[in-house]
Amino acid sequence: MEQRPFSDISYEQFLNEEKLMGSRCKACNALFVPPRPICIHCYSSDMEWVELKGEGKLGAFTCISVGPPFMIAEGFNRKNPYCSGVVDLEEGARVDARIEGVDTLKPETIQVGMPLKVKYLHRDEEGIPKTYLAFEPK
Amino acid sequence: MQKKRKLGRGVALVGAGMSKFGMFRDKDSKDLFAEAFKEMLDSVDKGLDPRDIDAMYLGNFSNDFFIHQSHWGPLMSDLVGMAPKPATRTEGACASSALAFREGVFAIASGFYDMVLVGGVEEMSKRTTEEVAEGLALATVPYEGRVGFTFPGVFGALATAYFSKYGAGREHLMNITIKSHSNAPLNPKAQFPFSIADMMKAKQKRAEKKGQPIPEWEDEKAFLSDPRANPPVAWPMHLYDCCPISDGASCMVLVAEETAKQFTDDPLYVIGLGQGSGRGLHACDDLTYFEATRYAAQEAYGMSGLTPKDIQFSEVHDCFSIAEMIHIEDLGFFKAGEGFKAVADGATRLDGPMPVNTSGGLKCKGHPVGATGISQLYEVWTQLRGKAGERQVPKKDLRIGAAHNLGGTGGTCTFTILERR
Repeated sequence: MEQRPFSDISYEQFLNEEKLMGSRCKACNALFVPPRPICIHCYSSDMEWVELKGEGKLGAFTCISVGPPFMIAEGFNRKNPYCSGVVDLEEGARVDARIEGVDTLKPETIQVGMPLKVKYLHRDEEGIPKTYLAFEPK
Repeated sequence: MQKKRKLGRGVALVGAGMSKFGMFRDKDSKDLFAEAFKEMLDSVDKGLDPRDIDAMYLGNFSNDFFIHQSHWGPLMSDLVGMAPKPATRTEGACASSALAFREGVFAIASGFYDMVLVGGVEEMSKRTTEEVAEGLALATVPYEGRVGFTFPGVFGALATAYFSKYGAGREHLMNITIKSHSNAPLNPKAQFPFSIADMMKAKQKRAEKKGQPIPEWEDEKAFLSDPRANPPVAWPMHLYDCCPISDGASCMVLVAEETAKQFTDDPLYVIGLGQGSGRGLHACDDLTYFEATRYAAQEAYGMSGLTPKDIQFSEVHDCFSIAEMIHIEDLGFFKAGEGFKAVADGATRLDGPMPVNTSGGLKCKGHPVGATGISQLYEVWTQLRGKAGERQVPKKDLRIGAAHNLGGTGGTCTFTILERR
């Protein structure tokens, strides 16, 4: 049984291990991704870890031309926008993620509802491994 | 079902002021707040002795980040001669001063204070655009910021969800931009006091002066569809869908209702107050509305006993064009999914049945984030008292106006209803 605390830190550690994990309330079965330590429906703290399949549909997206410094450092700019989106997971929860493998200079070609699968973007940030959740077209 | 709320005693608004909004190299937060404070004092018809003010609540989101100075409550209280009386800073991202207003109302309603100064300030223009984007993104939900969402990005994503669900498109958002820009030239405090047609002419003149080919656009929508004139920031949000970077300040004085007539024969009364909290994109039931706005609206309507039909005009938090579209539906002015049709029909124009953002909105008036909430109420004050000049809402018996303020990605939303009796 997975014993890690139901926290953002654990969620990020799992991403480093290429696992998309959430918490499920054992009392009322509600699913939370990222995990929550307390069920917001029944207030139970009796949670268990659940691994998500990493498949879903694009719920909403944007192609960003003016990004924050850490995205500019990755090489994104007005001529090379990146896509961020909200993904509706097959299991019913929803996550924020980078969207890869789409033409960000032709955003009209990107469709809400398009099927996606998970991808993990590994980065080294001053010696610390860091993983960003991403999805790409199936 | 929300509890029906009421104030312990009535609260009235007897004076209001705001600085001009804009990007000011030669003015700082203190200069701007002094400007707002002086106008507020002058606006009190029968005069007010500032020594009678009991306490101050000041909204400021992040001068900490923007100009590396924190702790603005006592700084501003000292500026206007109030120290050693209490000064408290409120923070709710872009809704910071709507929270200051609420705290001021509660302090008087509780009976603890009789006269309270509420205000807001923000000084953003000394940073680069990228730095401001980073500073504002501190108020997103962390999961959003981590995957690169900026504020224009969050609202861009909401726009794609809205378009997909209701069959609207960018051209519908352009109606909002064109409307706000037609109100702004009538507001002497606005940062961008020009219409889109004015902007088109200015661009043509500039090209002519430089000896470059003169650009031609068939109409405003053709201009807004031209990526050279209106480049994408976070698709589908383009430059003219986004509010600017601004400096500015605003303030108001609140008193116990029973004393209001000592200061003016024409006070306004606080009849509806609502505030809600949101959860971030990943935890929303639906990406085409803000749960926190709907909660705040329900609370304010419940307290006032009014319905959306009773609101005669409203300021709403149009940090982005799509935001205005969503708010006018969440506040009940139009049904969900029908706002874009109403806007296309001109319903929200100054001369329409439900004028929205007569000030020019955040888009044109400017959005010094901590000052915005009270600047919206300043517009309601100006309109209800019939002092809005050329942008006066042309309705007989103007009595009820409202303001909606939003912070973060819908994390803090407020709705405030004022009445002239």
